Amino acid sequence: MEENKTITLMIKRQESTETDSYWEEFEVPYRPNMNVISALMEIQRNPVNSKGDKVAPVTWDQSCLEEVCGACSMVINGKARQSCTALVDQIKQPIKLEPMSTFPVIRDLQVDRSQMFDSLKRVRAWVPIDGTYDLGPGPRMPEKQRQVAYELSKCMTCGVCLEVCPNVNDKSNFMGAAPISQVRLFNLHPTGSMNKDERLDALMGVGGVAECGMSQNCVAACPKGIPLTTSIAAMQREANFHMFKSFFGSDHVVN
Amino acid sequence: MAKQDLSFVNRRVHSLLGVLPLGVFLIQHLIVNHQATVSVERFNWAAGIMGQLPFVIFLEIFIIYLPILFHGIYGVYIAFTSKSNVGNYSSFRNWMFVLQRFSGVIAFIFIAVHVFQTRVQVFFGAEVNFDMVADIVTNPFWFAFWFVGIIATVFHFANGLWSFAVTWGITQSAKSQQIMAYVSLAVFVVVSVIGIQALFAFI
Repeated sequence: MEENKTITLMIKRQESTETDSYWEEFEVPYRPNMNVISALMEIQRNPVNSKGDKVAPVTWDQSCLEEVCGACSMVINGKARQSCTALVDQIKQPIKLEPMSTFPVIRDLQVDRSQMFDSLKRVRAWVPIDGTYDLGPGPRMPEKQRQVAYELSKCMTCGVCLEVCPNVNDKSNFMGAAPISQVRLFNLHPTGSMNKDERLDALMGVGGVAECGMSQNCVAACPKGIPLTTSIAAMQREANFHMFKSFFGSDHVVN
Repeated sequence: MAKQDLSFVNRRVHSLLGVLPLGVFLIQHLIVNHQATVSVERFNWAAGIMGQLPFVIFLEIFIIYLPILFHGIYGVYIAFTSKSNVGNYSSFRNWMFVLQRFSGVIAFIFIAVHVFQTRVQVFFGAEVNFDMVADIVTNPFWFAFWFVGIIATVFHFANGLWSFAVTWGITQSAKSQQIMAYVSLAVFVVVSVIGIQALFAFI
């Protein structure tokens, strides 16, 4: 009995960025405790669709397989999430797999998430510490601030918050929740905050924090439970202060 | 790179105008209309005061027309650069996101027609009084149109207060945002009742 049991997958496929997408159905043998990735591995092993045709194996991205790298994000039964933690026993069949539509598709379920990394560069989501001499230790971070920062540091740039956001699409430039929350993270850092004006300037440009539409889908969908909407609201507040300080002048543009 | 462009300031101006002066004007306007529930004379008296304010044309231009044009046109642009996805992600706030854009577009159309039916007619020599409004809303089509328009406008205002509080950095925590949601619901109910009672007073 058990060995004849199969699971059905409906996969939205696409040969390259330019070509049209199409749906293809696969049946793979069931094993206990499968995740979506193990089902995709079955297709890779035996790339035959449910009509019996031999087809090109389905491609996808993966790395850590423990929901910390963010690479295997895709839309599973209509919801964006990581495929490594999508357990077959817990989701409805046929399992519908689609690439995240916000990003350009490279092939099948693989997408190009570069726009997020470009946004992180744009908002300077790092702490600059390089100098021509040893700058010594930075200021200490208050423990309570560290606890807040730790939650924000869990972001794995998986792209789910951009995928679920109605304002991140090809008609808008909005950068989405992840880079905004990273500005909060680096501005909370005692050394990072010495450059917080530069990050806020970047956040106040086209596609920045003001273009958030507050649908709050990001915080509901974030697989790491990051308080993204609190981050966005915090940055809305900081951006206002920064706007007034920049215009009227202030000795406290950074702390 | 970011300092040169106005996108941030435009969004902040858009948010501010929605409450000051437009939200304040909306409430004041509906309260004046509500005088029609007392008597015809009372409404004509209240509307007369508003119409006879000194520099009324400048008040109208700078407190009503220009803010509405900016808020409306920029708002329609914002609405059409979003891509709703309540089908897959049907949370309360995501619905509010869609309804805010939907009600904004309805309000913009309604206000355009409303200004044509009242203010533009005054320009052509009509007088603002109880009969002018009664003539319009006794027609069932216009009654329904005004009913929907008032509800959409008030909803857009009340729900906009919630976003205003986030935009201006007042409500940062999830808890304060939740409480603000109840406040905006209360504003929606109270202001809607005022607006709809006033509308019924004209038929």
